[in-house]
Amino acid sequence: MKLFRQISIILSIAFTGELIKYIFNPPIPGNVISMLLLLTLLIRGIVKIKMIDKVAKFLLDHLAIFFIPAGVSLIKDFELLKDKWLAIITIVVISTIVIIVVTGLTIQFIKRRGLL
Amino acid sequence: MEILNTPYFGLIISILAFEFGLFLNKKFKFSLLNPLLISIVTIISFLMVFNIDFEYYNQGGKLLSFFLGPATIILAVPLYNRLEHLKSNFKAIIIGTTVGSFSGIITVIILSRLFELDNLIGLSMLPKSVTTPIGIEISKQIGGIPSVTVAAIILTGIFGAVTGPLICRLFGVKDKVALGIALGTASHALGTTRAIEIGETEGAMSSLAIGLAGLITVFLLPILLLLLF
Repeated sequence: MKLFRQISIILSIAFTGELIKYIFNPPIPGNVISMLLLLTLLIRGIVKIKMIDKVAKFLLDHLAIFFIPAGVSLIKDFELLKDKWLAIITIVVISTIVIIVVTGLTIQFIKRRGLL
Repeated sequence: MEILNTPYFGLIISILAFEFGLFLNKKFKFSLLNPLLISIVTIISFLMVFNIDFEYYNQGGKLLSFFLGPATIILAVPLYNRLEHLKSNFKAIIIGTTVGSFSGIITVIILSRLFELDNLIGLSMLPKSVTTPIGIEISKQIGGIPSVTVAAIILTGIFGAVTGPLICRLFGVKDKVALGIALGTASHALGTTRAIEIGETEGAMSSLAIGLAGLITVFLLPILLLLLF
């Protein structure tokens, strides 16, 4: 029962997140609301890591498998994406370089200057 | 082919394809051979070669996709475990991650316009630097195509993991905290695997940045989209 007990904690938090999303409709995904909810519960010590460790391990160890179907559904979008791949890859390359450089240099600058 | 119209088919082929991806990845130890990328390409090829309807595959696929929600929520656990690392350089890390995520979003918007990309594709690419479960959620929220987002996220992760340390060296990012956070912010878990190879501090920082950049992007994107469009 231990795993199911842990799963029920996560599912309850998931449902609460969806409920908040349904009532207040903020521009944030329901599951992210639930993530913040779990983070708050962990920080406050209301939920302890050992209360969800098994389900956390199961989900985190196999994370990539859960994304496969979302990726495979690309098959439906080939028409839309044809002759767009070069643009997509160029955007990925340039924006990734920009993020690495901007993030790295910003942190380095603040740390060295002892700003703030 | 009616026999394939059962959840078993999609589940089995997904797991087998992932095993195949893990095998290739371990054997050649090369970032381009990402297990998720290999699985997706293998399954798509299989479905096309044998002319199998995607909806048949998705009977099992839906079962796996169900876990996307819990998988997003559970990201709070690694983030919680890393929070301690945030204390030492709180302001530098928060500002760095925010400015970095912001610069990425703006770059994608400008380049999408430049390449005259379909709006739908441009939107789908906006969350390309965040971890996949959060990226899929953001994509749905802002009206993108989740599958295109997944593809962009994987490509970003691979590119960041392969070239990240070189980019840092070229632009003089030497500080361990800066390098780790930069890799995690730009290329999520894949960048983090590379950061872990470089050093313990770099790895811990990069891992912290995965959750942080994800959350910051979740809040930043709707505000930016509202202001810009």
